Amino acid sequence: MANPSAVLQSEWTKIRSVRSTVWTLALALIVTVGLGAVICAVINGTWNDRSPLDQATFDATAASFSAIVLGQLALIVFGVLIISSEYSTGMIRTSLAAVPQRGSFYGAKIAVAGGLAFVVSMVTSFLSFFVGQVLLGSHRTSIGDPGVLRAVFGAGLYMTLLVLFCVGVAGMLRSPMLGMSILMPFFFLVTPILSVVPKAKDVARYFPDRAGQKIIQVVQTPDNHTSYGPWGGILIMALWVAASLLGGYLVLKKRDA
Amino acid sequence: MLASLAPMIELQGLTKRYGDKTAVDHLTFTVRPGVVTGFLGPNGAGKSTTMRMVLGLDAPSSGDVRIDGRRYAQLSEPLKYIGALLDAKDVHGGRTAYNHLLCLAQSNRIPRHRVDEVLETVGLTAVAKKRSKGFSLGMGQRLGIAAALLGDPEILMFDEPVNGLDPEGIHWIRNLMKGLAAQGRTVFVSSHLMSEMALTAEHLIVIGRGRLLADTSMADFIQQNSRSYVRLRTPQPERLQDILTAAGHTVVSTADGSFEIQDGDAAELGTLAAQHQVVLHELSPQRASLEEAFMRLTAEAVEYHAGGPTGFGPAGTGALPQDVPAGQAPGQEQAPAPEWGAQWRNPGSRKGR
Repeated sequence: MANPSAVLQSEWTKIRSVRSTVWTLALALIVTVGLGAVICAVINGTWNDRSPLDQATFDATAASFSAIVLGQLALIVFGVLIISSEYSTGMIRTSLAAVPQRGSFYGAKIAVAGGLAFVVSMVTSFLSFFVGQVLLGSHRTSIGDPGVLRAVFGAGLYMTLLVLFCVGVAGMLRSPMLGMSILMPFFFLVTPILSVVPKAKDVARYFPDRAGQKIIQVVQTPDNHTSYGPWGGILIMALWVAASLLGGYLVLKKRDA
Repeated sequence: MLASLAPMIELQGLTKRYGDKTAVDHLTFTVRPGVVTGFLGPNGAGKSTTMRMVLGLDAPSSGDVRIDGRRYAQLSEPLKYIGALLDAKDVHGGRTAYNHLLCLAQSNRIPRHRVDEVLETVGLTAVAKKRSKGFSLGMGQRLGIAAALLGDPEILMFDEPVNGLDPEGIHWIRNLMKGLAAQGRTVFVSSHLMSEMALTAEHLIVIGRGRLLADTSMADFIQQNSRSYVRLRTPQPERLQDILTAAGHTVVSTADGSFEIQDGDAAELGTLAAQHQVVLHELSPQRASLEEAFMRLTAEAVEYHAGGPTGFGPAGTGALPQDVPAGQAPGQEQAPAPEWGAQWRNPGSRKGR
């Protein structure tokens, strides 16, 4: 069967040799860190306008990840393009002629995309945290405080899992336009809106992004639900990811290229 | 590996159905080394579908196809056994020619220097670092051929490689294919043009509507199908027909009112007409072209007629290769097109994806 390291190497060459990899990942980092920094600076500057309750329940860690909801759009594009660009360009036929063992091909793609997303996500996460805390001035927290390191690491984990979820969904849809036009509104509009609708939010909290983002919260507020904890949330998201990747695999395995 | 096995492509009852449409219908043939084997058929005959199944891209509905005795998916580094160019557009245009070939080479553990070598072979060294989306049709085709040659495979498969190329490119590809076959490799190339095949292929496999119509050497095909006959035209057709029939000739009348005589030569027929004082407007020896022979062979199997039954060529009984149902060749009257454009309603092939 196909040599795993050879296929990994090949997928690495593929991912590093297209521009979309650089611009999507760079955009995710810049937006998440940059916009997060701006928000932290604004919070610091308008601290006295906040109600006492808001001040008491202020989550300095989560504040530095305020821009994640926007930055993740670039990660969605990255995750979708990894697999669907193979279909949209026709490269899939050339790729599968070179590596006919579809499981090896798919596994290598996930490993390379996931590995790269993990590194970029962790850099983004820690950078967001430290830049944000500097700009929060006296309202900052420290990486050594209880739950903070978990939240910062968790934010990186969340972004990585989000990419993998998109890889799986795009693998099922096989089209970049379809993948993006479903996933971007879903994560940018649908789940944030459902999360504030009374009945719907009981369901929406089990959506992959809502569940995964639980790990970023350090300070519990009264309206924070407690049906699962930070790691429970990540586990729920990981199950979504597993299901989506499995779906992508089955489609790749079953359908003609 | 199994060095004793000759590099062959073997199809056994290969079939592909899409719903109730059968694109490839029980194809059984073997592509052998050392010659260029032409894979000929009208558009929509199932050539590309067959080639995709050879590469394991499409799963057969039934039947089997083997490369060196093994299924494609069982080849661990397939590019070292078989190199294929199905569609030159099957590349990521954002990647440079070099990186495109590099990622393919790496997946099959082909050394990096082969990338430079094949780029040199196809003449793309100067644009190796350019993104392939800016390539012309001919350059794209060369890149696809470079990818096929990458693993120095014993079997090469090209789907319509000369399509859209300029004369220089066509000439280059023809020579390349002949050269590869001369090295003892197996070369399998598809085309919908008989004239193209006549120039490159030594062996011929003809399909129509997914079915095998002929599996023959090019020499035999030419010999059996370049039928010669004499065309006669006269303002006194009834009279001439009687005379010719009385003289023992088989007369075939064509749609435009002329006669075609397969036995007998022009001089003899002219003399005969003069003896009976029949006016002739035409007396000409004819030779059916290979293109005509191919069209006759595939007449029943053409997926999309231009409209109604195809009325090319004379009705004759030129020897056709095996397996042609009796009566197919003169088959204008029973061509399966009950009304104009009826053929259109066949579900399309998957070309347009």
